[in-house]
Amino acid sequence: MLDTPLKLHPSVALRPEPFGALAYHYDNRRLIFLKHPSIVDVVKDLGDHPDLQSTLSAHGIAEHQWDAYDKAICSLIESDVVVQR
Amino acid sequence: MTALTDRMKDGLDAPICITWELTYSCNLSCVHCLSSSGRRDPKELTTEEAFHVIDELREMQVFYVNIGGGEPMIRRDFFDIVEYATTSGVGVKFSTNGTYIDAATAQRLASMDYLDIQISLDGADAATNDAIRGEGSYDTAMAAMRHLKDAGFGEFKISVVVTRHNISQLDEFKAIADEFGAQLRITRLRPSGRAVDTWHELHPTLDQQRDLHQWLLSHGENVLTGDSFFHLNALGDSLPGLNLCGAGRVVCLIDPIGDVYACPFVIHDEFLAGNVRDSGGFAGVWRTSDCFSELRGPQSAGACASCGSWDACQGGCMAAKFFTGLPLDGPDPECVGGDGEHALASAGTIPRPSGDHSKPVAVTLGRRTNA
Ligand code: SF4
Ligand code: SF4
Repeated sequence: MLDTPLKLHPSVALRPEPFGALAYHYDNRRLIFLKHPSIVDVVKDLGDHPDLQSTLSAHGIAEHQWDAYDKAICSLIESDVVVQR
Repeated sequence: MTALTDRMKDGLDAPICITWELTYSCNLSCVHCLSSSGRRDPKELTTEEAFHVIDELREMQVFYVNIGGGEPMIRRDFFDIVEYATTSGVGVKFSTNGTYIDAATAQRLASMDYLDIQISLDGADAATNDAIRGEGSYDTAMAAMRHLKDAGFGEFKISVVVTRHNISQLDEFKAIADEFGAQLRITRLRPSGRAVDTWHELHPTLDQQRDLHQWLLSHGENVLTGDSFFHLNALGDSLPGLNLCGAGRVVCLIDPIGDVYACPFVIHDEFLAGNVRDSGGFAGVWRTSDCFSELRGPQSAGACASCGSWDACQGGCMAAKFFTGLPLDGPDPECVGGDGEHALASAGTIPRPSGDHSKPVAVTLGRRTNA
């Protein structure tokens, strides 16, 4: 997914919480937990960068962590919080 | 215990699951009504006040609100309130007995966005349902569901409170839901509201609870439960969902007159945190009330501390303990280890729910003609 153009699903709202954020999908009415503040910032910004890796570098995230972020984003794609654009 | 669940115990900046009973008025008199509904309270929030609550919910980023009652559709401004919420980005799921959903209303509901509907049904046949919800209420609910289906509403919910008498009908409920393209939601009966008097006759037996646990494990994916059966986790395999009592932490109730309680099942002064009419509004109550701070503090396991299943079951439901006269730091009255049953034998005085809005007729458990 690293070189895929992505964005937050337009029907998803994010609410900041001490543990990260709550995401609510207005289409399928599902609640999803984002369990780290840093992933929340990345997800919010996806649409403003060409792809996932450029979003990660813009956020100063070290390359050895990209795999972990890639996995986290994949699971968010599965729950339709993040979509390709 | 995951870190996330620990965070939830400390409470969130805003509730996840908020129930808002719009009115105590109801055309039915179900024997297990959690809010003892029947007659309207003259101090009910006005339309303007309801809009103000929605403004606050939007500011707090509450994603959706569960509207109930009483029968919420009785309010003349029902659609005004719902539309005000959904167009402000606060989704609505409302519970109804279906009486006011005719073909035209179903069309109107189907045309609205961010709206979900829950039709209450407590028996898979008229005899079982009507014994709880009153004569004719099964046919009423069925008619409403047909209208919703015909109007193309999509996947609404059928909401069942599990009792001793309908627990054997879970497969039939599922079939009814499938027939209407609906989703089945089953929840736990708590001794709240009028059920304070009927729970002892209606709650499932220990054997039935074991069967229920098995049924949920095999149907869990497609059936909603509002995470209400987490006390069954003590049987071994855990059910999906949040495994904690969310009262005052992630859950709360706004009642028709604006009183804020820790959860819809604890309408009692002990769990009253404030009123949305107070100077700080709803947000002030949620964030600063002593009642909620206390619920978010560390809770003692009490008599459950020595139980090997504590991590899985967390001592069960606070409301169930409170309204059966059991200590809050001890086993749930339906503890699958049987400890609750023992405790019930020596339970203290049973507290009465705060308001009784029942109509001035005796509400009695109907006779089940097929049993
Ligand atoms: S449970 Fe019965 S009395 Fe209570 S709101 Fe629902 S339909 Fe009305
Ligand atoms: S008191 Fe019972 S019903 Fe209310 S939030 Fe706690 S577990 Fe759920």
